[in-house]
Amino acid sequence: MSYAIPGFRHPNLPKNELGYTAKDYEGRVSTLCAGCGHDSISAAIREACFGMSIPPHRVAKLSGIGCSSKTPTYFLGNSHGFNSVHGRMPAVATGGNMANRNLLYIGVSGDGDTASIGMGQFVHAVRRNVNMVYICENNGVYGLTKGQDSATTDVGSVSKKGEPNALEPIDLCAIALQLGATFVANSFSGDKSQLVPIIQAAIAHKGFAFINVISPCVTFNNVPGSTKAYDYIRQHMASTNTVDFVPAEEEITTDYAPGTSEVVTMHDGSAIHLQKMDEKLDIHSRRSALALMQEYKAEDKVLTGLLFVDPDSQEIHETMNTTATPLRNLTEKELCPGSEQLQKINDQLR
Amino acid sequence: MKRDTVTNKFVIKFANVNGTGSASANSLFSKAIFRMGIPISPKNIFPSNIQGLPTWYEVRINEDSFLGRRGGIDIMVAMNPQSMERDVAELQRGGYFIYDSSKPIDEKLFRDDIDFIGIPFMEHCREVYKDERQRQLFRNVMYVGSLAALLDIELEVLKGLIHEQFKGKEKLIEPNVQALVMGYEAAKKEYECPIAFRLSRRDEVGDKILMNGNAACGLGAVYGGATVVGWYPITPSTSVIDSFAKYCRQLRVDPETGEKNFAVVQAEDELAAIGMVIGASWNGARAFTATSGPGLSLMNEFLGLAYFAEIPTVLIDVQRSGPSTGMPTRTQQSDVLYSAYASHGDTKYICLYPSTPKECFELTATAFDLAERLQTPVLVLSDLDLGMNEHMSDPLEWDDERKYDRGKVLTAEDLDAMEGPFGRYLDTDGDGIPYRTLPGTHPTKGAYFTRGTSKDEYATYTEDGKKYVANMEQLQKKWETARHEVPKPDIRTTGKPCNVGVIYYGTSEASTLEALHHLDRLHSISLDSLGIKAFPFSNEIKEFIEQHEYVFVVEQNRDAQMRSLLINEFDFSPQKLISLLHYEGSPITARFIRHVIRDNILQTATASHMRSYKR
Repeated sequence: MSYAIPGFRHPNLPKNELGYTAKDYEGRVSTLCAGCGHDSISAAIREACFGMSIPPHRVAKLSGIGCSSKTPTYFLGNSHGFNSVHGRMPAVATGGNMANRNLLYIGVSGDGDTASIGMGQFVHAVRRNVNMVYICENNGVYGLTKGQDSATTDVGSVSKKGEPNALEPIDLCAIALQLGATFVANSFSGDKSQLVPIIQAAIAHKGFAFINVISPCVTFNNVPGSTKAYDYIRQHMASTNTVDFVPAEEEITTDYAPGTSEVVTMHDGSAIHLQKMDEKLDIHSRRSALALMQEYKAEDKVLTGLLFVDPDSQEIHETMNTTATPLRNLTEKELCPGSEQLQKINDQLR
Repeated sequence: MKRDTVTNKFVIKFANVNGTGSASANSLFSKAIFRMGIPISPKNIFPSNIQGLPTWYEVRINEDSFLGRRGGIDIMVAMNPQSMERDVAELQRGGYFIYDSSKPIDEKLFRDDIDFIGIPFMEHCREVYKDERQRQLFRNVMYVGSLAALLDIELEVLKGLIHEQFKGKEKLIEPNVQALVMGYEAAKKEYECPIAFRLSRRDEVGDKILMNGNAACGLGAVYGGATVVGWYPITPSTSVIDSFAKYCRQLRVDPETGEKNFAVVQAEDELAAIGMVIGASWNGARAFTATSGPGLSLMNEFLGLAYFAEIPTVLIDVQRSGPSTGMPTRTQQSDVLYSAYASHGDTKYICLYPSTPKECFELTATAFDLAERLQTPVLVLSDLDLGMNEHMSDPLEWDDERKYDRGKVLTAEDLDAMEGPFGRYLDTDGDGIPYRTLPGTHPTKGAYFTRGTSKDEYATYTEDGKKYVANMEQLQKKWETARHEVPKPDIRTTGKPCNVGVIYYGTSEASTLEALHHLDRLHSISLDSLGIKAFPFSNEIKEFIEQHEYVFVVEQNRDAQMRSLLINEFDFSPQKLISLLHYEGSPITARFIRHVIRDNILQTATASHMRSYKR
C-alpha cells in the first residue's frame, strides 16, 4: 500500500462545470484494509460530487467513530471534516446545519455507530428532517475492535469468529421509513453504478436522505457464512430500480418504456429517472417500500435501490422558519437588541 | 405577648400545597413590598412534583439590603395542614403563626412563645365563590389581603399590581381585588393590626430590578449573540432556555416575514444537546446549552472533545443538589470540581461563578467572547437559588460600542495573504491560541479535519508521542493565557491589619458579606474577603491567600470542592484553608456563617483540631 497519492495526473483529465477534475475531490490515501467496501463508498462519494459539480469547500463531512468514520479523510480533501465522538455525528451535523444552512452536509457512519451507540441520535435526526446526506456503511461487524457482531448482523450469520449470531438484526432502512425519513435507499458498496446516482439524488434531496450501504468487511466478515460478505450480497441482491440522476440543467433524452419507468423531480429542479425492476414498488409510499422489503427478505433476498422519496419534504429550517441568511453570518447589528431595549426590559422588572 | 416594633426587617414564610396557585399570590406579596421601596429577597422551596406536595416561599425583608438567607422565621403563613407541625416548630420565639381557622387546629401545636392568628379564609371563600378551584385560588389572594392589614402593606400598591397582572384579562381584576379586600377586612376583624413586624415605605430600592438568574442568563445569551441552542429539559435550568426563547421571540423575529434569527433545538438528551452546540460553534455560530448536574454528567465525553479539538462551547450549569438525581429542586454548589476537570484525560475548563442576576447576564455574554477568543468550553456555574428565585439586582447594562470578540478566525482574504500552509493547531502567536477556519470559507485553502484523536499542528492524525506532548503543552499555554483573560475576583479589604480572610463564590456572596458586616459590628472581628468569579484562578487569588494566615472558604457542598480546587491549583497547605460548608439544599444563611467564623476566631488559640465546619 502506498502512503501518499502521487501528485501527478494526466493533463487532460476531464473537468466538470466548475473546472475541477476528479483530483480536486480526492482526500488522503485510505488506511483501511485493502478491499474494504468503505473505500468503494468513498470513491462513489467523490464521483457523485465531481459529477454534480459540487464545490468541495461547500461540503462539510462529518462522522462518528469506527472504520467507516475514518473515511471522510479519504474524500474531498478541500472540505472541512469533523470526526466527532462515537454515535454522536447526527448531533454535531444538526448543530452545524443550524449554524449554516447553505452548506452540504455529508454524514458517514457505520452500523455500530448508527444502530448501537448512536441509535438515539440517528432516529432523532431522521424525525427532525435535518437537511443532510446520511450514509451508513453497514458491514454487520465491529471492525476496529476486531470482529464482534453488530446490531445489524443477521440471525444465523457467521463472522470470522465462527459463532452464528443469535439476535434479531436492526433494519436501518425500515426504521428510517417508519420514523418519517424523506429519502431512503439501500445499496451495496460493490455496485457503483447504482450507488453513485443514489448519492447524487440524496445530495439533491431537501431533507434527511438516508442511504444504507452494505459494505463488506474483508477482514472480519467476508466469510462463507456471513450475510454481509461480497459473495452473499452478489448472490442475493435484488434491485427495485436502476437510478439515473439528471442535473437540473440537462434535458431528459432517454426514452423509457411507459409503465416501467418514472421521473421524480427533485426540489432543486434535478430529476431522478427510475427504471423499475419491480413494478410493485411505489416510490412515494412508505408502506409499499416496507412491504416489498419484507417480501424480498422472506425469499432471502436483499432489496436495494431507492426505496422511498418525498421530494417536497420540509426540512428543519423550514419548519423552524429560520432566516435565509446562515445564522453564523449574523452580527451584533442583527443579534444584539442594544441598551435602549435593555432599559425597557429593566423597567418591566421593577 | 409584648414585643418591640420591627419595621422592614423580618423573614416571612408561606407554607403552601403545590399546584394550588399560591405562587402568583406570593409573588404579588413580594412585588408590593418591592414597590414600596423596601428591599426583599424571596426564595421558593419546592418539591420535584406538580401537585399536592408541600412547598414553601420564604421572603426576607431588609431595608439595609442584606438579602442572603438570614436564618430563622418571624412570620409563618401556614396554608398547608400537611406541614403544620414543622411550620410551627420553625418559628422563632416572638413570631407569628397565621393559619386558616376555618377548621380548628390540633391543640398540641400551640406554643406559648409565639402568637397564633387564625383567620377563617376558606369559610369566607365558601360563602363567596361557588367553584372549588376558585375558592382555592382566591384564598391565596385573600391571605395577601390579610397580610396587607397585619403588616401595613399599601393596599393601593397591591391593587395596582393586580391591574398590571391582568392586563388584557380585565374580567379577572374585580374578583381578585374583591378577595384582597375581603382578606384585609377579615384580618382587621380577627386581630389588632398592624402586628409588631410591619412595613413602611422607603426609598431603598432605587433603580434596582427584581429578576431571576435564569432569565438573566437567557437574556445575556441574546445580548451575547447566541443563535443556536441545543438543550434538554432539566430542573433547574429549563427556564434559561425558556427565557432565551422568549426574548428571541420578542427581539429576534423579522416582523414582516416572521423569520427567526435564532434556532432552538430541543434535543433527545444532553449528549445530543452539547453535540449540537459543538457542531454549531465549529461552524461559526455562537451556540450554548443549559443543564444541571445529571445533564452535565452526560455531556462529559463531548466536553473533552471540545477541549481537545479546541471548539468554543458555552454551557450554563444551574447546579442542584447531587449526587445522582439528588434533591432535584434544592440548591447546591456541588459541580465545582466536576466542571473544572470534566471528561476523561487531562482536561480543564474555564468556569464562571455569577452571584447576582446582573452577573448572570454579564458573565453569560462574556462567556461567548471567552469561548471564541480561547477556543474552548466555558461553563457558567449558576445554581438553583440564583437561577429560579427572584433577586434584587442592579439594573442590567449594555455598552452599545461593545463588539463581539469572535477570536482568531481566518477569512478567505487572510488565507490568500498567508505565507506558508495553514496549520489549524500552529501556535503562531505564542499564546497557545491557534487560528481556525470555518467550513465553506475558501475553495482550496484552510480546510482541515477536526478530530478528537491526537493530531499534529496541521490537524493530521498522529500517534507520535512528541507531537502529542507538544499539543498538550500548547493547550496548557492557552490555559495560562486564559488566566489573564477571565474576570478578576472581587476583593474587599478592611483597611486594618487582618490575618484572616474569607473566600466565597456564587450565591454564597450575599450571606457571606452580611455575616462579615455583622462580625465587624457585633463582635469587632474585621475580615478581608474575596469573591471568586472565575477559574482558572488569577494571581490575585493566590496573593490573597498568601497574605492571610488562614482563609475561610465558604461553599454549599459537602466535600469542600472549591477548597480542593484551590489547594490543587496552587499547592497551598490544607491547614491554610478552612472550610465552612452548608449543603442541606437550602441557601446558606448569614447567621450560620457568622456563628462559625465567630466561634472559630474566638477559639483560634486552640485551633489544632480539624477545622472544618459543616451543617
